[in-house]
Amino acid sequence: MGTVFSFDIRGARTASVEAALGEAVAWLHHVDAVFSTYRPGSAISRLGRGEIGLDDCPAEVREVLDRCERAERATGGWFSPTAGTTLDPSGLVKGWAVERAWQLLRAAGARDTCVNGGGDLRFGGESAPGCPWRIGIAHPLRPGDLCAVVTGRDLAVATSGSAERGPHILDPHTGAPAAGPASVTVVGPDLSTTDAYATAAFAMGADARAWLAGLDGYEGFAVLQDGRSWRTPGFPGPEFTFRPSASATSW
Amino acid sequence: MRRAVLTAASTTALVVLLLSLKPHQPAGLTGDPSQVGAAPAPSPSGSPRRGGHPADGTYTGAPISTRYGDVQVAATVTAGRLTAVKVLRAPSENGRDREIAAYAVPRLTQEALSVHSARIDAVSGASYTSEGYIRSLQSALDQAGV
Repeated sequence: MGTVFSFDIRGARTASVEAALGEAVAWLHHVDAVFSTYRPGSAISRLGRGEIGLDDCPAEVREVLDRCERAERATGGWFSPTAGTTLDPSGLVKGWAVERAWQLLRAAGARDTCVNGGGDLRFGGESAPGCPWRIGIAHPLRPGDLCAVVTGRDLAVATSGSAERGPHILDPHTGAPAAGPASVTVVGPDLSTTDAYATAAFAMGADARAWLAGLDGYEGFAVLQDGRSWRTPGFPGPEFTFRPSASATSW
Repeated sequence: MRRAVLTAASTTALVVLLLSLKPHQPAGLTGDPSQVGAAPAPSPSGSPRRGGHPADGTYTGAPISTRYGDVQVAATVTAGRLTAVKVLRAPSENGRDREIAAYAVPRLTQEALSVHSARIDAVSGASYTSEGYIRSLQSALDQAGV
C-alpha cells in the first residue's frame, strides 16, 4: 500500500501478544499483496482488468467490495471504489486492514494499543494507567504544527487531504480530482468506517460539514485551503475528548 | 513493550509514532538485528540502557539506500527526549533531488521535534513518503532506546 504501519503496544509483552503481532504483520503483508493497485499481479488489479472473476479472488476481496458498496450507500455516492478509471478500493482497504490488525492484538490481550497506518489510527485502552491516548492532527498548511488534539480511550482517527501526496482523491461524480479542503479528519468508533468517511468527506468538500454533523457517533474537523477551519458541533474546540456513542453505526 | 515497525515505504506519521514513546515507558531494546533499519550502524556516542531513560547522547542511524540516494541521520537524545535530528547524508545527485531534499528534510526534522514536544502519542495526517529519513531515524532511536 506504499505506506508504513506501526504498532505501539503499551503493557505486558506476553507470548500471545508477540504471536498476535506476528499475525498482524503477516496480515498487512497479505492485504498489500491482494489489494495493492500498484502491483499489476495483485488480485484487485487482475479483477479490475477483467482477467479473473470475483470467485477466483481471495475471500477478503468480496468482503472489501461489499464494504465499498455499503460505504457508497452510506455516503450518498461520495465514496466509490470506481471513482477513477480502474477498480480501486484503497480509500477503504487501509482502514479496514488496520482495524483488523488492531483487533488481532486486542484479542490477544494487548488492550493498550495504537495501530497507525500512514496517519490513520486505531486506538484502544490507555497510553499509560489513567491517561487516555492523545492524538495530534497534523496541520495541513503548516508542516510540523498541529491543528487539533483528540483524546480518547477507544477510537479511530482518519485524515484525508491533498497536502502531502497531491490531489489523489477523485470526485466520484466527475472522475476529476476533488478540490476538497486542505484536510479533513473524522473521528469515530472503528477505522473501517471512519477511514471511508474521511475519504468521502474530502470529496464532498463544503457539504461534508453538515453531513458529518448528522452522523451519530462521528465527529469531523477540516482545515480549508485558505487556512480557515470548521468542526462539527460534537468537536467543541481545538482539543476535545471523544466518547464513543452506543448508537453509532459501523458496517 | 516496544513497538514493532513494518515498513513498505514511509510516512511522517511513522516518525511521529517512533518518537512518541514517553520516558514513563521502560525502553527495553536495542541490539535486535531483526529491527527495521537497525542493520550495522556506526557506533553511537551514548550507550543505551535497559529501563528508564535512554542515555543522553547522539545516535547515528544506519545509512538507508533509497531509489533517490542514501539517507542517514543522527538523533540527539537528552533526558529521554529527542532534541535534535541532524541529516548526515541526503540525495544530491541531481538538481531535482537536491531541491526535494532541501524542502523535505527540514520539514521532517521539524515535524519530528515539534510533535515530540507536544505530549501526544501519535499524529493523524495525510501521508507522504520519506522512507530513508524515517528508517535511518528509526535505527538511531533503536540504539538510543527512546
